[in-house]
Amino acid sequence: MKFQVNNNEVYASTGGRPFDKNKPLIIFVHGSGLTHMTWVLQTRYFAFHGYSVLALDMPGHGLSGGKSLKSIEDMADWVSDVIDAVGYKEASLVGHSQGCLVTVECTARNPDKIKTLSLMGGAGAIPMNPELLSLAENNNPKAVELMMDWAHGPAGHFGGHPVPGLYHINTGSMLAKTRTIKNTLGVDFRACDNYKNGFEAAKQIKIPTLSILATDDKMCPVKEGKKLANLIEGSQIDIIDNCGHMMLLEEADRVLNVLKKFITTNYPANK
Amino acid sequence: MSDKKGMDPKTYKFDTLSLHAGYQPHKNAGSRQVPIYQTTSYLFDDVDHAAALFNLERGGHIYSRISNPTVAVLEERVASLEGGTAALATSSGMSAIFLAVMTLCEAGDHLVVSSQLYGGTVNLFRLTLPKFGIKTTFVKPRDTEGFKKAIQKNTKGIFGELVGNPGNEIMNMPEVAKIAHDAGIPLMVDATYQTPYLCKPIEHGADIVVHSLTKWMAGHGSSMAGIIVEGGKFDWMQNDKFPTMTQPYEGYHGLSFAEEFGPTAFTMKARAEGMRDFGPCLSPQNAWNVLQGIETLSVRMKKHCENAEKMVEYLLGHESVAWVSHPSVPDHPDHDLASKLLPNGKGSMIAFGIKGGKAAGEAFINNVKLASHLANVGDTRTLVIHPASATHSQMDEATLKFAGLSHDMIRLSVGIEDIDDIKNDFENGFRAARKPRLVSNQ
Repeated sequence: MKFQVNNNEVYASTGGRPFDKNKPLIIFVHGSGLTHMTWVLQTRYFAFHGYSVLALDMPGHGLSGGKSLKSIEDMADWVSDVIDAVGYKEASLVGHSQGCLVTVECTARNPDKIKTLSLMGGAGAIPMNPELLSLAENNNPKAVELMMDWAHGPAGHFGGHPVPGLYHINTGSMLAKTRTIKNTLGVDFRACDNYKNGFEAAKQIKIPTLSILATDDKMCPVKEGKKLANLIEGSQIDIIDNCGHMMLLEEADRVLNVLKKFITTNYPANK
Repeated sequence: MSDKKGMDPKTYKFDTLSLHAGYQPHKNAGSRQVPIYQTTSYLFDDVDHAAALFNLERGGHIYSRISNPTVAVLEERVASLEGGTAALATSSGMSAIFLAVMTLCEAGDHLVVSSQLYGGTVNLFRLTLPKFGIKTTFVKPRDTEGFKKAIQKNTKGIFGELVGNPGNEIMNMPEVAKIAHDAGIPLMVDATYQTPYLCKPIEHGADIVVHSLTKWMAGHGSSMAGIIVEGGKFDWMQNDKFPTMTQPYEGYHGLSFAEEFGPTAFTMKARAEGMRDFGPCLSPQNAWNVLQGIETLSVRMKKHCENAEKMVEYLLGHESVAWVSHPSVPDHPDHDLASKLLPNGKGSMIAFGIKGGKAAGEAFINNVKLASHLANVGDTRTLVIHPASATHSQMDEATLKFAGLSHDMIRLSVGIEDIDDIKNDFENGFRAARKPRLVSNQ
C-alpha cells in the first residue's frame, strides 16, 4: 500500500492482505540497498495470521518516493513517523542488517512505542570496507556483486532456494539494482559506516528482543551479533548453521518459525 | 565487512555452476548426485503449514505438477547459467513458449514475432494462439525497424529466436530489446540453439528466455524438457499494460505478483497460475537426465562448434552444394552481429542447399548412414532433415517462402563424432544425390 510520511509517498507491502488497523502491527525494515521484497517469506505468514504487516521500502528505495535518508538516526525517526502515519501508537519491529541498526536506534528512542524487537544478521556497528563503500558511492555495479558474494552462504552460492526455481544471488542483485546504486546502496553504506550509537542504544532497550544470527555470515559475524545481543537485557539468540547474512531468504522457514514463536508469544495477535 | 581481502567477487563461474548450482548434498542425505524425487506430493507438517504453502506464505513443494525438488535443482541451475533470477521448467520447449505467452498475455493482446522460427512455434503463433484471442504480427528477423513499426497499443511483447530456425538469420537482440523497452514491453528470446554457453540473452537485453532443453542443454537425445528463465530487470509496474502482473489476483487472495515478488514475479505467476491451470510439468526423471547433460555443457558445446566450423569449410568447397548458411561464414549477412553476440562459437546448426533441388535432397537424406534423419536438433549425434518435407511441412508455399525456406535446403545439426566420419558419410549422401533416380530405384 502507499501512504504519505513527511510529504513523501511511501510504499509498503502488507503481506498480501488488506491493512487492518484493528490488528497489531509488525514493521519490517530491509537492509542496505534492498527493498521490501526481501521479506516476502515472512510477511505473508504474519499477514495471514492476525497481524497487520508493513514491509517498508525505505525512502528512495524500491517503490517509495523521496531521497534516501543519510543517517541511521534519521531512518530510526522515520520508522517512528511511519507508525504515527498509519494511525498506530505501537508496533513490533523486525530488522535485517542495516535494518537492525535502524530498529535498535528507533527502539531506544521510542521505548514505549516499540513492543518487541527482532534482529536478523545484526550488529552494534557495521563499519564498511572503504573500497566497497567507494564502489557503491561511485555507482559501480561491482559493489552489488561483492555484496551478494559476501552476503550469501552456501545456499546462496550453490542454490537450494526455499521457493522452487529462484536463484538467490541473481535475485538479490536485481533487488539491489532496483534504483541507482549510488543513491541507495552508496547512501546506506555511508550511513552504516557513520553510525556509532548502536551499543549505547542497545543498553537502553528493555523490551523482548530476538537476535537471529548465522554461522556463515561474513557481513555481520556471529560474534558481532552476540556482542550486540548481550547488551540487551533478556535478549534471545538463535544461531543458524551453514547459512549466510541473507538468512531471511537462505533459511526462510527456520527464520519464520523462530520469528513466529517469538512474536506470537511476546506480541500476540489476539491482544 | 571490514575484511580487506578478496575485492573481486568469488561467486562461482560457468563450469562450476553447470555442475553444482541448485543443489546442496548435505540437505539430501549426503547424496553427491541429485536425487530423483519420484513422488507426486509432499507431506504437510500440519494444517497451518499446508495453508501457508498454498498461500505462498512459505516456499516449498505441494504437488509435483507445481514443483518438484529434482526439477527445482534444474531450474536453479539454468537460472544461474543464464544470469536469471528464476526459472520454471516445463515438459517441452513448446510448453515453455506457450506458458510464457499465456503468463504475459490475455485475450485481445498482440505480439510481434520474428518470422524465422521452428515450424511448431510458427503454428503456435499463427494458428493456435488466435484461438485464445492473442494475435501476432510476424516480422523478418533482420528487419529491426519492422519490429518497431509492428507494435500496437495492445502489444504485450516481442518474441524471436536469436538465430532463426532453420535459415540462421540473426535477430539484432540488443536493438530489438531497446525497441521493446522503449515501448514498455518485454523481449522474449528462444535461445535453444545457443545455450547459455554461447550466449546469455539477458546480458543483451532479453527479459524472458525460453529453451527447449531437449536439445543441446540435455544434449543426448534422450529426454524432452523446456524452461522459462526470467531476467528480473523488467519493470511490470512502469505502465498499465500488465494488469495480471500488477493488480490483485483473485486466484491467490488478491496477490499482486509484481509488488510481492518483483524480479521473480513472472516466474511466480507462471508457476502459480500456469502450472496450476495448464500443468505442463517436467518429470523428475527427465529433469535428472537434463542435469546430466548440463554437467558437460561447455565441453560438448566447444566440440559441437569446432565440428560445425569444419563442416562449414567442407560444404563450402563441395561440388554438390549450392550454398551454405552459418554465421561463421564471413559473407553471412549477420557474421559481424554473430561475432558480437556469440563470441564462444556460432553454434552447430548449418543450413545448406543441395544442387539438384528436392529430389537430390531426398536422395541425400535417404543415403547418409551415420547422420540420423529425424526431427530433433542438438543431439550429440549428427542429425539431418529436409525441413520443407518434415519440420515445416505443415506450411503452405507462401508461408514457407516467408519463413525463408527453400526446397533444396538441408538442415544439419552437427554432432560430436569424429569429423572425418561425418564427412565420409556425407560423401555417400552427395554421391547418391548426384544420381537420384538410380538411387531411388535401388
